[in-house]
Amino acid sequence: MQPVFQRPISLKDVATHFCPGCQHGLIHRLVADAMDHFGVQPQTIGVASVGCSVFLYEYFDIDVVEAPHGRAPAVATGVKRARPDNFVFTYQGDGDLAAIGTSEIIHAANRGELFTAIFVNNTTYGMTGGQMAPTSLPGQRTLTSPEGRDVTIDGYPMRMAEVIAALDGAAYSVRVAVNSPKNILAAAKAIKTAFSYQIEKKGFAFVEVLSACPTNWGMSAVQANERVAKEMIPYFALGTFKEKN
Amino acid sequence: MAKVVIDEARCKGCALCTLACPKKLIRMSDKLNRQGFLPAVFPAECSRDCTSCALCAQMCPDVAITVFRAEKGEKP
Ligand SMILES: Cc1ncc(C[n+]2csc(CCOP(=O)(O)OP(=O)(O)O)c2C)c(N)n1
Ligand code: SF4
Ligand code: SF4
Ligand code: SF4
Repeated sequence: MQPVFQRPISLKDVATHFCPGCQHGLIHRLVADAMDHFGVQPQTIGVASVGCSVFLYEYFDIDVVEAPHGRAPAVATGVKRARPDNFVFTYQGDGDLAAIGTSEIIHAANRGELFTAIFVNNTTYGMTGGQMAPTSLPGQRTLTSPEGRDVTIDGYPMRMAEVIAALDGAAYSVRVAVNSPKNILAAAKAIKTAFSYQIEKKGFAFVEVLSACPTNWGMSAVQANERVAKEMIPYFALGTFKEKN
Repeated sequence: MAKVVIDEARCKGCALCTLACPKKLIRMSDKLNRQGFLPAVFPAECSRDCTSCALCAQMCPDVAITVFRAEKGEKP
């Protein structure tokens, strides 16, 4: 028998702390798979954020710098500028990237820094128990919006992939999902394309991945996965918003 | 002819793989694993119908699934 699907070598063979049905694990696999694809694992430096993905260094077989909350793009800027021959990526949640770290990601993208940002949008602050994030959907009940997000008070969900695409410094910006095999294959391809932008020195690349947080959505894994298609994708359209040659 | 190996100890019983399989070959066990989850099971007799498409493995958030395909001339 010949293996047709195996764990990527860049992903350590260890159990994760993620909740059942949490798609951080799947997104980790796709990132590791892209590293294997380009053979960049030995020279990769990951920049972890604060959130449920904080244990990046436990799961990827690479060097990792742990950044303060929201500051991963600033740390990655320093790492990449000091070590231009290394492959550098950030991995950030929506509380990290679109709330406390909005300034860092926007300016890093605008400066056209040559690292890759992986942005996991699960419409909530997962690690701290499900508070409202800038990406929470209108009407979404969270710990801090028990009556549902009221856009007249809390504003509207931010479409980060489009925001980043609007900046001249950004070379590639996409939104993908991992809720079905078809979308997973498209996500895998987008992450590889984003990596190629750094490898070919074409510029800053941003991949927003819609992801389920069954625990804080108060749903089973299957229901949470269904919510991605039913509620998230209609608001956060999948697509390529920037693709510079 | 293919073989799907599910790492029972790693599986968190989310059931997403059962949705991904176009042939509905994966079912959930009624026996708890060491972690306290009801794991997914690929019954050995399903090898015959499995196409090794690996969609189940693509969908697994815990990378608990490995898929094998029979080599040319290999007997089941
Ligand atoms: C400076 C600072 N402020 C607040 C916190 C508390 N905190 C930890 S994780 C987190 C939000 C994480 O949410 P997100 O980025 O969406 O990631 P997820 O856990 O959903 O993957 C917050 C506010 C912190 N650790 N440091
Ligand atoms: S709380 Fe949410 S984001 Fe965090 S591990 Fe659990 S499901 Fe994943
Ligand atoms: S490899 Fe394809 S056919 Fe076989 S169990 Fe997995 S999803 Fe089903
Ligand atoms: S998708 Fe993975 S973790 Fe979920 S039930 Fe199937 S094998 Fe287990």
